Amino acid sequence: MSKCGCTCSDAKEKQLQEIIEKYKNTEGALIPVLHEAQEVYGYLPLSVQSKIAEGLNVPLAEVYGVVTFYTQFSLYPKGAYKIQVCLGTACYVKGAALVLNELQKELGIEVGKCTEDGKFSLDACRCIGACGLAPVIMINDDVYGRLKPEDVKGIIQKYKDMTE
Amino acid sequence: MHFYRAHVLCCAGTGCTSSKSLDIISNFEKYIKENQLENEVKVIKTGCFGLCAEGPIVVVYPEGTMYVRVSPADVKEIVEEHLVKGRAVQRLLAGHDKTAEVSQSLDNIEFFTRQKRIALRNCGVINPECIDEYIARDGYSALAKVLTQMTPQQVIDEVTASNLRGRGGAGFPTGRKWQFAANSKGDIKYVCCNADEGDPGAFMDRSILEGDPHSVIEAMTIAGYAIGANHGLIYIRAEYPIAVQRLKIAIQQANEYGLLGENILGTGFSFDLQIRLGAGAFVCGEETALMTSIEGKRGEPRVRPPFPAVKGLFGKPTVLNNVETYANIPVIILKGAEWFNTIGTERSKGTKVFAVGGNIVNTGLVEIAMGTTLREIVYDIGGGIPNGKKFKAAQTGGPSGGCIPAEHLDTPIEYDTLTKLGSMMGSGGLIVLDEDNCMVDIAKFFLEFTVDESCGKCPPCRIGTKRMLELLEKITSGDGEDGDIEKLEELAKSISKSALCGLGQTAPNPVLSTLRYFRHEYEAHVYDKKCPAGVCKAMLHYHIIADKCIGCGLCARKCPTSAISGDKKQPHVIDQSKCIKCGVCMESCKFAAIYRG
Repeated sequence: MSKCGCTCSDAKEKQLQEIIEKYKNTEGALIPVLHEAQEVYGYLPLSVQSKIAEGLNVPLAEVYGVVTFYTQFSLYPKGAYKIQVCLGTACYVKGAALVLNELQKELGIEVGKCTEDGKFSLDACRCIGACGLAPVIMINDDVYGRLKPEDVKGIIQKYKDMTE
Repeated sequence: MHFYRAHVLCCAGTGCTSSKSLDIISNFEKYIKENQLENEVKVIKTGCFGLCAEGPIVVVYPEGTMYVRVSPADVKEIVEEHLVKGRAVQRLLAGHDKTAEVSQSLDNIEFFTRQKRIALRNCGVINPECIDEYIARDGYSALAKVLTQMTPQQVIDEVTASNLRGRGGAGFPTGRKWQFAANSKGDIKYVCCNADEGDPGAFMDRSILEGDPHSVIEAMTIAGYAIGANHGLIYIRAEYPIAVQRLKIAIQQANEYGLLGENILGTGFSFDLQIRLGAGAFVCGEETALMTSIEGKRGEPRVRPPFPAVKGLFGKPTVLNNVETYANIPVIILKGAEWFNTIGTERSKGTKVFAVGGNIVNTGLVEIAMGTTLREIVYDIGGGIPNGKKFKAAQTGGPSGGCIPAEHLDTPIEYDTLTKLGSMMGSGGLIVLDEDNCMVDIAKFFLEFTVDESCGKCPPCRIGTKRMLELLEKITSGDGEDGDIEKLEELAKSISKSALCGLGQTAPNPVLSTLRYFRHEYEAHVYDKKCPAGVCKAMLHYHIIADKCIGCGLCARKCPTSAISGDKKQPHVIDQSKCIKCGVCMESCKFAAIYRG
């Protein structure tokens, strides 16, 4: 978790309480709260889930049930660079699976995992709606389109250089 | 009001934004200022033009000159040549790379001339973040008409008479849905919008929300008035950040203008609108699952009846329509049901937006009158198949739909014909498959999707689709046995009959429809252990034809696993145990001496 000491996690905790407070009296509050909590923490570990369960007065089992039902919510931390490979139909028929294989080879990790140094995480995702550029991948908020497997190396290298 | 002599429209939809259209916009602003044209030329950030394959797109009015694949570095030239000197930049015009097809104007491009844009009427035309531009295009006048001149029943009657059917997939008559909800007793009712566009390859709802969010807000308010609801909720995918942002801006502006909120237009009618983000579950596109998700639970479908119109969100009567359906409503109210009935076919009125993708030249968004043939969409609007390949099938309806083969290219597209062909309209994804796509592999792709997205509530879907996927995996890896195809068919038919929700019931469709038209491909996999399209790697082998090989050694040098060996100027051979079937050898051979079989 955070390397910058306890003040940071206290600040996060305070933000979380504010989020819970904001939605407390809304019907169907759980999902919006989880969305915002994930924005604060980057993922939803059990400790955060139990605070939400307590704050909203719903059983922890129900919170966990919802978190694991939806693909947007993650129980594990993601990399500094989140790579998402679109496996929508348009990308698939244009060879997205080959691009995904190349990324797995280049990063040495499987889909759903994070590299040991925490720099990259790799996920397959549903259509991001840039079908005109198929096949596409997204790294954080940047979209790379019209990809061929051989483009992968250069793109990853760019991010490796950036983290130095 | 200030008049400008020229307007530069730049697409800021998701596709073009991905190729740096926001930088293009800021460069335009910069160079226009440098040339002191800021009082003469206005730059407008618009929604999607639809021709995504050629993005980023810039259109300059009054001429309507369309520039394609513009990069931020091209902007200086467009400003200095076109805006200062009045000369179009030839090398960036649409069609410049094809002979004699250069078109100066948007109005002459076949991609646009064959379309009929109702739901997309404002996409690529107005700035979606400016309510005044929407109002200038008759925006909110349908709402004003409804609130001041029509009774709720008259609104429902008009929508019913228009014969508008739901654009989200099933095609249920919208007017009837509204009537049921209006008839339901209750002090609190809800109007919901399904913007959880989960069908992979469909992005029309996203484009409408990004390009024309006010049309949906206006229509939902009209629906609220018609059924007697004061609350609306839009359930939208979290994966669409730009659409969410524009929707937020639009709701805020509508509230500020008194077109949403308390006492709308001073008529005493109040309607508020909230946004709820989805969290990445395909099943939430199903209406009862969507409402369960808004309630903050796992998005599992419920048994119907009771239908949402009687007992929907939070147990209250609810109308739920899809984005594209709503986008049609204001136009129907303004121009009348009679006008709407002049467009389309006997049983499907109006237009349908398709997201055309896959192996086709003009990937993008097209809106066509119902009854347009598949051939027109693929060849005339879509520009045909790239690289001289042959059309094999069009997949419509996503994981709930099926494939339409070449022999049905001339079928007019409407709800009922597509269902008859074993596919369905669905939300409007249309993926073109060519001769290099294996139909068994495509069926497997959709089954993987369904297995992954099954909510797990009912066993036919949870277990049945998994068994189907296992059979498909067995067949595509070359282990298929006699009887497997029949087992697949039997499973498919019983899942269709017994699953709880629409998604489960339609999950076997991709298999059933590929079996119907491409059974021979399944049989080739099972009995001959061959994949005719050369996709299923387990069944592929690369061979060198000794007579044709001159022993140049190029393939051996290119092979990533050193599986090819041979003496200089002597025919080479491939070691099948080392071959990873990447196909590099076949691509690099200049003598066509390598074949795949």
